[in-house]
Amino acid sequence: MSEEANIEEAGKEFLKGLWKENPVFVAVLGMCPALAVTNSAINALAMGVATMFVLICSSILVSLLRNAIPKQVRITAYIVIIATFVSVIDFFLAAFTPEIHKELGAFIALIVVNCLILGRQESFASKNRPFLAFLDAAGMSSGFTIALLSIGIIREILGSGSLFGFSLFGASFEPWVVMILPPGGFFTLGFLLLFFNWYIQRRNKRNALIAKSEV
Amino acid sequence: MNEDLSHMEVEQQEPGSFRLIFTLGFAGFLSGLILVSAYLFTLPYINQNKADALQKAVFEVLPGTRSFQTLVLVEGKLVQMNSDPGDQPVIYQGFDSLNKSTGFAVPGAIAGFQDIISGIYGFDPVQQQIIGFRVLDSKETPGLGDKIYKDASFAENFIALQASSDLEPVKPGQKTLDHQVETITGATISSKAVVNLLNNSLNQWRGPIEGYMNNLSSTNK
Repeated sequence: MSEEANIEEAGKEFLKGLWKENPVFVAVLGMCPALAVTNSAINALAMGVATMFVLICSSILVSLLRNAIPKQVRITAYIVIIATFVSVIDFFLAAFTPEIHKELGAFIALIVVNCLILGRQESFASKNRPFLAFLDAAGMSSGFTIALLSIGIIREILGSGSLFGFSLFGASFEPWVVMILPPGGFFTLGFLLLFFNWYIQRRNKRNALIAKSEV
Repeated sequence: MNEDLSHMEVEQQEPGSFRLIFTLGFAGFLSGLILVSAYLFTLPYINQNKADALQKAVFEVLPGTRSFQTLVLVEGKLVQMNSDPGDQPVIYQGFDSLNKSTGFAVPGAIAGFQDIISGIYGFDPVQQQIIGFRVLDSKETPGLGDKIYKDASFAENFIALQASSDLEPVKPGQKTLDHQVETITGATISSKAVVNLLNNSLNQWRGPIEGYMNNLSSTNK
């Protein structure tokens, strides 16, 4: 029974980041990369994967060292840990995917100041076991990647008429160039936030009605 | 009395300075270890990518080029280099399919708005023109300064750009002379940095290139 409860708890920690506490659509965190590098699906995916690597590695390390880091210097220590993994992923992207590295430019280094990452260290990894910290980080970063990818897919299809570089509509399609420019990021994110909030409100109302009828 | 005791307990729980310094020192040491390992592992791949990008850029800034040779500056004179030039300043001479010179590709670097901008340009010493320019590395502001390599209209400045005298940056739409370069709105510092890069580099390399060409023509005669 206790094992079942543990599995359920672990599942909850992973799944919450995907939908219920999605960092972009619900918590509205990490807006800088969500708007800036989602002008194509591949850039969005690369940024999502880079953030996933940093978040998972940092969370595990912070969780392992949670009893050794005094609270007075915890933020400094977290930043050092996060910056280390950001530099590591920066080196690896430059070595193995130079085109994507050039495309993402300064935004790789800016992962250090992504409030999603520092926020998870402070609110979760520093208070929980490494396994739970890993699940939380994996769930949150998967939710972040899915959100970036959704924005990237919409913007690339409308702004370039392609998906992952493959043309979808042929030469006759007139792309909406604005979608791959910064305003396109705001438009897409705005519409997706609108959709998410509308859906959540609708679900809450329905749940309230069901509860009322049961009473 | 109770207050004094609780105050003492709090003081006892506070970690000492040594522990704080040790924690941050250890974090720094661990960070350094991971970073150095990652850097050493990826360095050969990054260098290879840079060499490939440089080679590709040489072909791009010298249209019609099929092959090129590396020239190194020794005592003010350009000499052909077949081995690794190391840290010596180098440029590249391109040749077409008939082995005729297509110009010189000259790499250079300058401080931009955020960091060093490094680029390479093609120079035709006969026409005294810049015939192409590519940014090799830049960390300019995304969405603004990065237009120096993302904005196609800025790149068009460097096709047949007269370079017999210093290049002059002008505001967009105000180009009236062949040696003027239209800067980018919102990226004025970065685009002016590119112009300065070209002016500095031309002042450095124009003499050695002309000397090299004169030597070649006198040898041929």
